[in-house]
Amino acid sequence: MRKTFSIITAFFCLFAKLGAEEARVSIARAALAKGESAQGVILKELMGRADESILPLLDAWRKDRLYLYEPTGAPGVPVLLEGAKDGKGAQVAVSVATGKAIGLRLVADDLNSVAHSANLRRIMKAVLDLTDLSSANRAKKLGALAAIGQGQQVEKLPALERRLPLETDPAVIKALREALALVRLKSPDAEIRLAALRELESLQSLASTDFIKSLQKDPATLKDVRLADAARTALLAVERHRTVVDFGGTLFRSLSLGSILIIVALGLAITFGLMGVINMAHGEMIAIGAYTTYVVQNVFANGLALSPFGFSISLPGLHTTGWWRESYFLFALPLSFLVAAGAGILLERGVIRFLYRRPLESLLATWGVSLLLQQLLRLTFGANNVQVGSPAYLSGNWIFGDVLLGWNRVFVIGFATLIVVGVWLVLTRTSVGLLIRSVTQNRSMAACMGVRTERVNMLTFALGSGLAGLAGAFLSQIGNVGPSLGQSYVVDSFMVVVVGGVGDLVGTVISGLGIGSFDQFTQQYSPAIAGGLANVPFVGGALQNLAQDSAVFGKILVLCVIILFLQWRPSGLFAARTRSLD
Amino acid sequence: MAFSEKYTPPAPPSDTVAALLAFTVLAVLIMPMLDVFGAIDHFTLNLWGKYLCYALLALSVNVLWGGTGLLSLGQGLFFALGGYMHGMYLMRMIGDQGQYHKPIPDFLVFLGWTELPGFWKPFEHFSFAMLMVFLLPGIIAGIFGWLAFRSRIKGVYFSILTQALTYAGALIFFRNNTLMGGNNGFTDFKMELGFSLREPTTQRGLFIATAVVLIGVVIFLRWLEGTKFGLVQRAIRDGENRTLFSGYATPAFKLFLFVLAALIAALGGALYVPQVGIINPSDMTPEKSLEAIVWVAVGGRGTLLGPILGAVFVNMLKSYATRAIPDLWLILLGGLFLLVVLFLPGGLVSLPEKLRRLWQRFRPTPTPAPAA
Repeated sequence: MRKTFSIITAFFCLFAKLGAEEARVSIARAALAKGESAQGVILKELMGRADESILPLLDAWRKDRLYLYEPTGAPGVPVLLEGAKDGKGAQVAVSVATGKAIGLRLVADDLNSVAHSANLRRIMKAVLDLTDLSSANRAKKLGALAAIGQGQQVEKLPALERRLPLETDPAVIKALREALALVRLKSPDAEIRLAALRELESLQSLASTDFIKSLQKDPATLKDVRLADAARTALLAVERHRTVVDFGGTLFRSLSLGSILIIVALGLAITFGLMGVINMAHGEMIAIGAYTTYVVQNVFANGLALSPFGFSISLPGLHTTGWWRESYFLFALPLSFLVAAGAGILLERGVIRFLYRRPLESLLATWGVSLLLQQLLRLTFGANNVQVGSPAYLSGNWIFGDVLLGWNRVFVIGFATLIVVGVWLVLTRTSVGLLIRSVTQNRSMAACMGVRTERVNMLTFALGSGLAGLAGAFLSQIGNVGPSLGQSYVVDSFMVVVVGGVGDLVGTVISGLGIGSFDQFTQQYSPAIAGGLANVPFVGGALQNLAQDSAVFGKILVLCVIILFLQWRPSGLFAARTRSLD
Repeated sequence: MAFSEKYTPPAPPSDTVAALLAFTVLAVLIMPMLDVFGAIDHFTLNLWGKYLCYALLALSVNVLWGGTGLLSLGQGLFFALGGYMHGMYLMRMIGDQGQYHKPIPDFLVFLGWTELPGFWKPFEHFSFAMLMVFLLPGIIAGIFGWLAFRSRIKGVYFSILTQALTYAGALIFFRNNTLMGGNNGFTDFKMELGFSLREPTTQRGLFIATAVVLIGVVIFLRWLEGTKFGLVQRAIRDGENRTLFSGYATPAFKLFLFVLAALIAALGGALYVPQVGIINPSDMTPEKSLEAIVWVAVGGRGTLLGPILGAVFVNMLKSYATRAIPDLWLILLGGLFLLVVLFLPGGLVSLPEKLRRLWQRFRPTPTPAPAA
């Protein structure tokens, strides 16, 4: 904050030296000045000044809302009309020069608006562009700099040069230098272009690729060996930097996709590990969690009316506002866990416990349950996706060395870490966890020692389903919520469990991250390897065709790699060690 | 996981032959005759033709699941591939009768192609298309099976991987750039071997062909069951490790059966396409394959008649329910499946036997019945 202040102060000092007056006074003077050229001269003085009043005043002028109040026998006063209209259509008149009401109510139709020509409007636009440049808002400033650079607006060069010594923020300085260099690429002087190229090279400016390339095609560059060389090395440096940035971005996306996979697969891995039951209804448990979040959100807002099977249920709303409404997610999380865990207990008691000795049948029965639940959700909440508002804190991003880190992805990673640590604590530090581990390792021995394995089964299934519910609450924040939400993750989460093995939580984590990164990296680099694929005998053409579609290609390669991986480790990364032979 | 707890299907009943005979007469003679004389409309016959194709798919599931204990959740892939291979021939036979009146299929025109891509060219020959109906699913099943069985992937792992396999297939065929019609697949067929597919006689011929193929497959599978191979197959189902330790290379047996099942499914798919008139990637989605499992479970796995019965019964139910109570159909299907898995593991074919036992238990005088 203090830094910004000092910038602004320094800035004002600079203009104070030039004998500048307050911006609004200048604008008032310009409005009164006779002749377009005189007005233009006054307005041009405003260039590069960071005065909050410039934007609204010039905007009003451009839109014919700057009026001239001309009392008889006195000089005219430029005014703005503000506030609500009264019965006669009159509004409060505010003087442009002072920013204060002049104590009169005037009717807009009675006044002349201050005229503006095309030339004048152009000057105003230039002034406004440069106002952004000296704005206290960092994002606005960066946006303006990027626009100037991308547009190679030569006329802004002096203003840019004037800004350079004033800036202290490294990001702004970098953007400013980039914009300067980009604009200077257009300079007629070969030496300046050369310097600009060197600058771009040292900045590793990703935005400059196209400009350097077009410069390379320029006949003037072709003649000048030094320029051509500089352009080539600059381009090389930029491309090298781009490779690094792409790699970083891919790595980050891998991490976030891997985290999603871990979150959705964790519950599945636990139930599969303990009971040998693949829960095909896992996807619906996820959907239940997501819908719970949806219901909680609506209860915090204006309530919700549902009509399953012709009954109508209406949930009253709490009509919360502000912070309370934003915090609904904190309440939705435990509720999603509990609701899904409850559904899991019902499923275990009602169906699965009869099928423990028949793993394939339990897989099929849970699929039946999955169909049932899906249709129930559809009948209750409708077949269309429902809206779960993504909170504001998920829609920004950080930029770290040109790599974009979206907050929603950071949230994904953080959430996954929390859940994994939480589950690990439950499994290793609580008595329930001890029981679960003992039954996983050796069911009959645990039973002999007095562990009530039936009850442990129930608890484990509740835990697994509850985790699915958490996954659902979480997925509702980053995507759509619909009755078949879970289906889109089911195949992937099965893959994670198969690769990870059932012996250890670590297996799920490694396998989720591994599959996530493999998928993302193939997606990123499949266009690059597509050409090489054509050389594969017999199926080369087909592979090349497939590689065009990097998302599908990634998924298919993942499947192939998983099948090959299972050649090496048929029961996944971390198999529960056993001497029994089934 | 003790084996004694597993469900062991009953030995094939002796009256299979009689049932088969009755079915043959019904399907090859009576139903087409009824159609000729107008007692049933063409639509019904066509619908039954579809059921019989599904019965082939159900048999394919059963060869693996009922016969060998391998639950493949991806048989729909082979069914659809067979359908696609035949569909390519049918698409070529449309000629320039399509919407765009170009000599190449409409969707290719739509994608901006002006001439046929290379791999489409040989499909104008019926014999080549029929060869591919078997070759492509066979090769895919061969490669996948070889990899899966040599590393002894089995049980739930095998099921999940086959599910992923068909999922991958669906992803590939959903792409427009695969040049197989993308989302919409193939449809709007006109001619088959010079006969118009709109003619009731052609459809009747296709129905009879399907019935004959189905009967042929049933007879073949019945024969296979009786051979030593069939014994080893059952031994694998009941105790794979013991079979392996007795000196049988179980992976090779399983691979053969997996490919065989893929071929049966592909045959069903190839017969399905001209009768239903459409094939698209939704037939490859994992749900479709799981539906086929439902047919087998409902009908009775491990028997030859059960899967056929199940396929026909469930699909009749579906035809009725999706029209009468569309909202409740999935609930009905899921519930039916759940009930069968929980309470009737032998499926519909075991129902008479179950009822007979129930009857015996509740008979007032539990004396052993004298020879009738």
